[in-house]
Amino acid sequence: MRRVRIKDEILEQRVFLQRALVASVVVTALMLLLSGRAFWLQVLQHEHYSVLSQGNRARIEPLPPNRGIIVDRAGRMIAENTPAYQLELVREQAGDLDATLARLERFGLLERDDVGRVRQLVLSRRSFEAVPIRLQLDDEEIARYAVHRHELPGVLLETRMARHYPYGPVGAHALGYVGTISEDDLARIDKERYFGTGVIGKTGVERAYEAELLGSGGYREVLVNAEGRPVDTLEGQSGQLRSRAPQAGRELRLTLDIELQRVAEQAMAGRRGAVVAIDPWNGDVLVLASLPSFDPNGFARGISRRDYLALTEDPDQPLFNRVLRGTYPPGSTIKPIMALAGLEYDVVRPEDTVICRGQFSLPNSRHRFRDWKRAGHGTVDMHNAVMQSCDVYFYRLANALGIERIHAAMTRIGFGAPTGIDIGGERGGIMPSPQWKKSTFRQREQQVWFPGETVILGIGQGYWTATPLQLAKATALLATRGRHFRPRLVRAYVDPVTGAVEVRAPEPLPPVELKQRANWETIVDAMVAVTSGPRGTALRASRGAAYSIAGKTGTAQVYSVGQTEKYDESKVAERLRDHALFVAFAPAEAPRLAIAVLVENGGHGSSAAAPIARAVFDAYLAGGKD
Amino acid sequence: MYHERGASRTRRTVTATTRLMRALHLDGMLLAGLVAVGLFGLFVLYSAAGDNTALWLNQLVRFGIGVAVMIALAQVPDHFLRMLAPVVFLFGLVLLALVAVAGDVGKGAQRWLDIGVVRFQPSEIMKLAVPMMCAWYLHQRPLPPSLRDVIAVLLMILVPVLLIAEQPDLGTALLVAAAGVFVLVLGGLSPAYLLAGVAVVGAAVPLVWSLMHDYQRQRLLTLLDPQSDALGAGYHIIQSQIAIGSGGMFGKGWTNGSQAQLEFLPERSTDFIFAVIGEEFGLLGLIALLAGYLFIVARGLYMAAQCRDAFTRLLSGSIALTFFVYVFVNAGMVTGLLPVVGLPLPLVSYGGTSLVTLLAGFGILMALYSSRKLLGS
Repeated sequence: MRRVRIKDEILEQRVFLQRALVASVVVTALMLLLSGRAFWLQVLQHEHYSVLSQGNRARIEPLPPNRGIIVDRAGRMIAENTPAYQLELVREQAGDLDATLARLERFGLLERDDVGRVRQLVLSRRSFEAVPIRLQLDDEEIARYAVHRHELPGVLLETRMARHYPYGPVGAHALGYVGTISEDDLARIDKERYFGTGVIGKTGVERAYEAELLGSGGYREVLVNAEGRPVDTLEGQSGQLRSRAPQAGRELRLTLDIELQRVAEQAMAGRRGAVVAIDPWNGDVLVLASLPSFDPNGFARGISRRDYLALTEDPDQPLFNRVLRGTYPPGSTIKPIMALAGLEYDVVRPEDTVICRGQFSLPNSRHRFRDWKRAGHGTVDMHNAVMQSCDVYFYRLANALGIERIHAAMTRIGFGAPTGIDIGGERGGIMPSPQWKKSTFRQREQQVWFPGETVILGIGQGYWTATPLQLAKATALLATRGRHFRPRLVRAYVDPVTGAVEVRAPEPLPPVELKQRANWETIVDAMVAVTSGPRGTALRASRGAAYSIAGKTGTAQVYSVGQTEKYDESKVAERLRDHALFVAFAPAEAPRLAIAVLVENGGHGSSAAAPIARAVFDAYLAGGKD
Repeated sequence: MYHERGASRTRRTVTATTRLMRALHLDGMLLAGLVAVGLFGLFVLYSAAGDNTALWLNQLVRFGIGVAVMIALAQVPDHFLRMLAPVVFLFGLVLLALVAVAGDVGKGAQRWLDIGVVRFQPSEIMKLAVPMMCAWYLHQRPLPPSLRDVIAVLLMILVPVLLIAEQPDLGTALLVAAAGVFVLVLGGLSPAYLLAGVAVVGAAVPLVWSLMHDYQRQRLLTLLDPQSDALGAGYHIIQSQIAIGSGGMFGKGWTNGSQAQLEFLPERSTDFIFAVIGEEFGLLGLIALLAGYLFIVARGLYMAAQCRDAFTRLLSGSIALTFFVYVFVNAGMVTGLLPVVGLPLPLVSYGGTSLVTLLAGFGILMALYSSRKLLGS
């Protein structure tokens, strides 16, 4: 039987009242519970929490990791950590931040131009964090701080490990430097990982291997009083204080030979330019010098705005990495490779001769392409053309090859694209082609490729630009007869705790295979003749050497000479003089080192650039005793 | 003479106010309680916001908007509200489904629906739509509800609650569930069912645990042992307890809370503002505030008891009790009694959406109450 229920208003109201009453009781009870909890916290536990909040409170003190050290290929220390004094600021203890910063400026502990940056930095961190605001103070600054200490609440003098580069400017462009973390850096890093770390790798190896070098930070809790001074741990509270030990970053072993680097920089001293030396058999970069250099210790110390401006506004551009970012016309240094392309495409045979009368013209054109030797070289075959650097021979060869084949061959060698070296900022230069012209120029009439533009590529001029690093790598490829590697600056990691060494294997690139291997020797013989043949352009470079050098000189035009004018070096202002180039490898029969040298506005490759390469070869191959 | 005239002027003013209130269908006592707590909240917020006066002004404007919405809703007749209940419920359900499919993600949770001009959280609608729907359903059936009706109502609660919990918005899901369950309980749900329900929930804990997001689990674990994660999730709870505890009996004074002012206390103008009150006004301040809340809840329940039919009664009672849940969950969380569930302190925390929904609920409560009076007269 099913009971039919109907709505009973009286019953419903009574049930509701009943329930509402119960609810009121429950609500009241829970309110009392909350009040009781508040009573517990605020009356019974008041003392405990007062201590925590007012008198003493735990400050979290970062224990920054030691940055991984960097050694050169022989194990010589080139980036280390040394104890230094630095100023740190804890915002919550500083009171009026702006007033504190103004006082720091008045006491000469902060430069006026840096106040804004420091303020931003401090505000971007948590209020109880000690933010490094000045690194590596000198004795006088420490004394000044000591005198004014009581006027600087929340500003602490701490001993921290600071980056130091014992070789100073030597190798600075390869090594790079660390500097204070900037706003830009903050945007790309995980802030937590830099808790207590004031610096970050800015350029070079220091930046590219930041993740390896950084390590991981630790922390420890310290009870501090209202002024932020650490106090003795209270009874029974020590158990609540936690800490975590920091882990140092990995040690890096570079491919760089810092003493060889020093030789190269001294040979180049006083000039602007670049020297790169590569081990052709594994891509190890032994020398990466860009001159003038700068002292990376300035950045690690926290460079002042004034000093920084002095560097950036120097017309010699010391901060500019010419090896990686300087793009220059390769000039005659590419003639051996051009000759190789001619052989490979069967455009020319080694014995084919050209009669050089000092100039070359395309059919139906009155434009004269001039040879550097006005009188001409007479009858030259390939060997002589390379040895004497005959321009007319290579104008003709380039014209015969045509732009498409030149482009294909040179791209294969690596021109027009970054080499992929393991530090950042590298440029690829330009390997021109009709397609490149079309996509680069806006106006239609500029997009057309002219036959004359192919002709001058034969001597490495025109739109073609390359970095010294690309030239060194191409030279290394000739040295190994077609094998090449991604250039690198770091060859091993070392674990700071266990000392375990992790060696990185060289990274081979697809080798360049020739249809006839003998062609390699044809070219290399010609390059040896450059430094030793009867009319070689770089005879001086090998005089007295105990080994044979295969090289090629070059000059890159900065200033274009009129059709009938004669180029007169002495009359041209220094900045408009040609760049001097020299590429070489040695010993020619068993190559161990490939070098590219560029001297900006140096004039002739043979006189300005080749001796620098010789100095490096001597130091490396003969132990510097020659 | 003089005295008398003054007194009569006062009396006249009082009568005029009463008339105005009656004309606007407002309940004077409830309004007084809400405004008192609200003003206290603005006072505290001024301190908690620090230098940020823009934030404070913003909240003042939102409070004004909330009161306006409340007054507007108080004018809606009760039968109209009842008619609307299923429509609002279905509308809200559709929006929730839309959020699940195409909502905007903010702070790791998919809660917002962008309708061109404004972005809003459909889950806010459900805070009122679910109790309305449940009350509407039970209104047509004899009470106490039969098992079939209980199951039907539970479904009405469960579907939106699961959709909201999935967003994930644990706090709102909890409130919506509470609002629906209160309707059932006030409607006379048998104590046996209630106990059975508690048992089922208890059995479901492991299942729920496995469905929870990592951050939700973390919050529960942190409640059990805040020190286990002093730099992370436990930081909130430790700092808020230090703030409250160090406030003592009378507090450190308005704008003088070192925990709050030195930014030790996280989210001090929103979810953790209760700790600011504890620090700056002490135990007395907290008790005064809790008394204010108790008054509002009690007045709400009283008004519900005066209602003449099931729909108005159940809905009013549910609104009053849900308000209490808000208070209890937030205060419990800040004092370390409950896990950290992201619910604001009603009428005090900075934030517009929940304030407007709350005052809208009280507007409905006043509308239902005044319609009783119209029936009675």
